[in-house]
Amino acid sequence: MENKYLYEGWRGFQEGSWVREIDLRSFIRHNFTMYDGDESFLAGPTQNTLDLWDQVMDLTRQEREAGGVLDMDTKVISTITSHGPGYLNKDKETIVGFQTDKPFKRAMMPYGGVRMAEKACADNGYTMDPQVKEFFTVHRKTHNAGVFDAYTPEMRACRSSHIITGLPDAYGRGRIIGDYRRVALYGVDRLIADKEEQKDRTDSAMYAEVIRDREELSEQIKALKDLKKMAASYGFDISLPAKDTKEAIQWLYFGYLAAVKEQNGAAMSLGRTSTFLDIYAERDLAEGTYTESEIQEMVDHFIMKLRLIKFARTPEYNALFSGDPQWVTESLAGVGTCGKHFVTKMSYRYLHTLYNLGPSPEPNLTVLWSTRLPENFKRYCAKVSIETSSLQYENDDMMRYTHGDDYAIACCVSSMRVGKEMQFFGARANLAKCLLYSINGGVDEVSKKQVGPKYRPITSEYLEYDEVMERFDAMMEWLCKVYVNTLNVIHYMHDKYCYEKIQMALHDKKVTRWFATGIAGLSVVADSLSAIKYAKVRVIRDENGLAVDYEVEGDFPKYGNDDDRVDNLANMILHKFMEHIRKNHTYRESIPTTSILTITSNVVYGKATGATPDGRKKGEAFAPGANPMHRRDEKGAIASLSSVAKLSFKDAQDGISNTFSIIPGALGKDDELFMGDFGDLGVELSDLGLTPDELECNTCAAVPTLFEGLDAE
Amino acid sequence: MDGYVHSTESFGTVDGPGVRFVVFLQGCPMRCQYCHNPDTWQMNTGNRRSAQSLIQDYERNKAFYNKGGITVTGGEALMQIDFVLELFTLAKEKGIHTCLDTSGITYRPGTSSYNEKLDALMKVTDLVLLDIKHIDPEGHKVLTGHDNAGILAFAKYLDERQVDVWIRHVVVPGITDDETLLARLGAFLGTLSNIKALDVLPYHVMGVTKYRQLGIDYPLDGVPAATKDQAAKAKMIILAAYWRQKKAQKA
Repeated sequence: MENKYLYEGWRGFQEGSWVREIDLRSFIRHNFTMYDGDESFLAGPTQNTLDLWDQVMDLTRQEREAGGVLDMDTKVISTITSHGPGYLNKDKETIVGFQTDKPFKRAMMPYGGVRMAEKACADNGYTMDPQVKEFFTVHRKTHNAGVFDAYTPEMRACRSSHIITGLPDAYGRGRIIGDYRRVALYGVDRLIADKEEQKDRTDSAMYAEVIRDREELSEQIKALKDLKKMAASYGFDISLPAKDTKEAIQWLYFGYLAAVKEQNGAAMSLGRTSTFLDIYAERDLAEGTYTESEIQEMVDHFIMKLRLIKFARTPEYNALFSGDPQWVTESLAGVGTCGKHFVTKMSYRYLHTLYNLGPSPEPNLTVLWSTRLPENFKRYCAKVSIETSSLQYENDDMMRYTHGDDYAIACCVSSMRVGKEMQFFGARANLAKCLLYSINGGVDEVSKKQVGPKYRPITSEYLEYDEVMERFDAMMEWLCKVYVNTLNVIHYMHDKYCYEKIQMALHDKKVTRWFATGIAGLSVVADSLSAIKYAKVRVIRDENGLAVDYEVEGDFPKYGNDDDRVDNLANMILHKFMEHIRKNHTYRESIPTTSILTITSNVVYGKATGATPDGRKKGEAFAPGANPMHRRDEKGAIASLSSVAKLSFKDAQDGISNTFSIIPGALGKDDELFMGDFGDLGVELSDLGLTPDELECNTCAAVPTLFEGLDAE
Repeated sequence: MDGYVHSTESFGTVDGPGVRFVVFLQGCPMRCQYCHNPDTWQMNTGNRRSAQSLIQDYERNKAFYNKGGITVTGGEALMQIDFVLELFTLAKEKGIHTCLDTSGITYRPGTSSYNEKLDALMKVTDLVLLDIKHIDPEGHKVLTGHDNAGILAFAKYLDERQVDVWIRHVVVPGITDDETLLARLGAFLGTLSNIKALDVLPYHVMGVTKYRQLGIDYPLDGVPAATKDQAAKAKMIILAAYWRQKKAQKA
C-alpha cells in the first residue's frame, strides 16, 4: 500500500488534525473501529504467557514469605535512566521493561521526602545508604522539606490533629496521567520538537511564571531524551512512530514506565489506551501481521507488567490506603460526543486478561459506563464482574459533559482530559471533626488542644440546630481556608522539588489544573445534624466542660434511606463546603473541585475523631466515601444509592464514591426455572427420564435472570 | 386508607421479575414451622403507611424498576386485602407491574364479599407468587397450623381466571422432601394451565436468630438446612410428575 505519510507507522491511517498537531482525540475519532460483537473472538493464554505468569506467582510467593518486599534499592536513586534493562525471561516476554534492573525490586525515590524513603527502607529491613541520606538532607532539598519550611503553626496543628488528613506533603502526590499514547503515535523526536517550539514561544519578559515555564519545559525535554535512552537500553529506538501493535504497546508502556521510574505517586494511572491500541491491532489483523492470539499475548504481557509496578512504601502509608495500591487505572469504553461508543475488540482483550492471567485489582480496569454501550459489551462486563470481582464502573454519561470524550480516571474517581488536564491531589478535610470543633469552640476533642479559632463553644445541655449550624458554617469557613492554603504550599513545593517531568512532557503546554480537595465523614455530619434537628441530642461534657460524648434521645431520619429530610442536609453541607473552598486563592490558577471518596482511609480518619452527635462512638470508623453509615440504611440498596445520588456532581466534580458489596444471591437467582407458558421447559429432558417426542416439548431454554437489571436503551 | 407495613425493600431481586420495590405487610395467620419472618406475624401493628406514599417511594426511583415493579408480600398480604387492592389499583394507573406474594390461606370458595374483593384485586394483579408449603392436607396442618384445602382451591381459582402464577416450594429435609409428596405436588400443578415458573427453595436456618431475639422456641430446631442439590433434585421430581400429568391429560 502506498503511504502518503512521512512515517511508516502512519500507513493507512485516516488523516485528521492529528497529523499537524499533537491531538490523540482526533486520531482516535478518525481511525477507531466500533465493535458490537461478543467475546467469542478472544484467544486464551499462550504457553509463554502461562510460563511467565507462573514465574510471577513464584516471585509473589517469595515476596510474601520475605515479609512483603523481596528486594529494594538503598543506594541508587531512581530516575528514568538509573537502571539497566530488567526482564522476567527475555525470550518469552513480548512487552518488556521494569522499574529497576529486575522484577520485584523496589526503587528508591527520595525527591518527595527523604525521611519517607529512608523509613520505607528501614521498615522493610533495609538501610538507606548514608551518603544518599546526607545528600538529600544537606545538599538537595526535597518536596517534604520545602513544605515544612513554609507551613504555618496553624497548618501544622491541623495536620497533627487530623482535621486535615492524608496530605501529600511527604510523598508524591500522583494523580497526573501522562498521555502515554503520544509516544506511540508520534515517536519521541516529534514530541521533543513540539516542546522545543513551546519553549521558543514563551514570553520574552521574564516574569516568575515565564521563568518557571521555561525551566519546566527544559526539564520536560530532558525527560523525553531520557525516555529515548531508557528504551534504547532495552534495544528499542522510539524516536519515530510505532509501526505495529507490538511497538505501539511497547512505546506506550515505555512512556508509562518512565513515569513510574521517576515518581512514587499516590495513584499512577495509565489513562485511556485500549481504543487507541485497537487501531493498530485492526491494521495488523487486516495486513496479516499478527493473529488474534499474538495480539492477546502482547496485551497479556503488557497487563502483566502493569501488575508488577511496585513502590517502596511505609506501613503507615499502606495503612492509610489499606494495602499497597498503585492505582494503575485504565479507563475503558465510554461514548463519544458524536454518539458512537468506544468499545473495540481491545476493550474485550483488556478485560480478558482477567481470565488469561486470573483476577487482580491492578491495573484498576474501569469501565466508563453509559446506557448507550452495546448490549454485548454490557453483558460481558457483567459476566467479568461476577466471575472476577475486578471491575470498577463510572458514569460516563455524567462525566462526558465536563471532560469531553477523551478523559481518563486517575486513582479511583478523578476524571481529567488526557494530556490536557491534570490534578493537584488534595487529600481531605475531616468534616466530622470540624463539626465537633464548632461545638467545642475550636478545641480538639481528642488532644484537648486549641486547634481551630477560639469561637464561643456551645454550652447548652441539648444541641439546638440553628445554633450548631451557624457555628459549623463559620468553622467550615475557617477550615477551608487553612486547608486550601496548606494545599497551595504543598503543590508549590511539589512543582519545585519533585516535578513530574515526563508526565508533564506528555501534556499540552496549556494545561487545565484541577485543585482537588476532599471530604471525609459526610454521612456522619449529615446524620449528626439530622439527629440534632429531628431528635434530641444531649451533650456529655468532661470535667473541663469539653463535649466528649452525645446521647441521642428519639429517632431521626438517617442518610441512606432516600429520605429528603436528611439527604438534603448532606447536599447542603457539600454545597457550603465547596462555596467556602471557592472563596480562596488556589495555586497556579487551578480550578477547585472536591471529592467524597475515601475508599479505605475512612477507618483511619474515624480512629482520630471523637464521638459525634449521631451516636457514633469515639474512634469508630466513618463510612467510606459518600456511603451511609454502616447498618443505618434500612430500606435496601436502591434507597441507599438514591441518597448518595442526590449529592450534586457540580459540587463534587472530583468524584463521589459509594462502596457497595452484595452477596451474589441478593442480585437475583441463577437457578430459577422460567417456563414461559410451561411449554418451553428450561430443563434437560433426559434429567427427567423422558425423551422429547414423549413430551412434544420443543425448545429448552432457561431465560437468564442475570441481565434483567441492565438498561437496554 | 393506611396499611400496616412491616418494612419496605427498595432492591428486591428474588420476589418476581426484575428489580422490584417490595412491601412487607404486617400480620399472618399461618405459623409455618420454618417461617423466617416471625416478626411479621402479629396483626394491627407496624408502620401505618398510605398506599399513595408507597407509590411515591416507588416513583422516585422508578428508573431502577423499569423491568421490575411492585411486589406485596408479608406476613400474609391478603390479610389486608383492601389495602392491597388500593395499592395495586394505584399502581396499575401508573402502569406499574404488580406482583402478589401469598400463601392463599385466606381463600374460601363460593360467593362472599371477600371473594368479590379478590376478583377485583386479580384484575389489577399481573403475577401471583403462590407458596405451596405442603401438598398433603395433614402434613400441611402440622407444618403451618392449617390444612391446605383453601390453598389448593385458590390455585384452581387463579387458573380459572388465567392469572399468571409462579409456584414456590420450600424443601425441608424430612418434612417436604419425600419423593411421593413431591410427585403429588407435580401432578397437582400439572392440572393447572397458568403456571409460569417453579421455584424450589432449599430450607435455610437464617431465621433462628430472629426467634431467639423474639423469645420464641424454634420449632425446627435440629433440622438441617437443605442443600442446593437437594432443591434441584426435588425440582426435577416435581417437573417429571408435572409433565406426566400433562401428557396423561393430553391422551
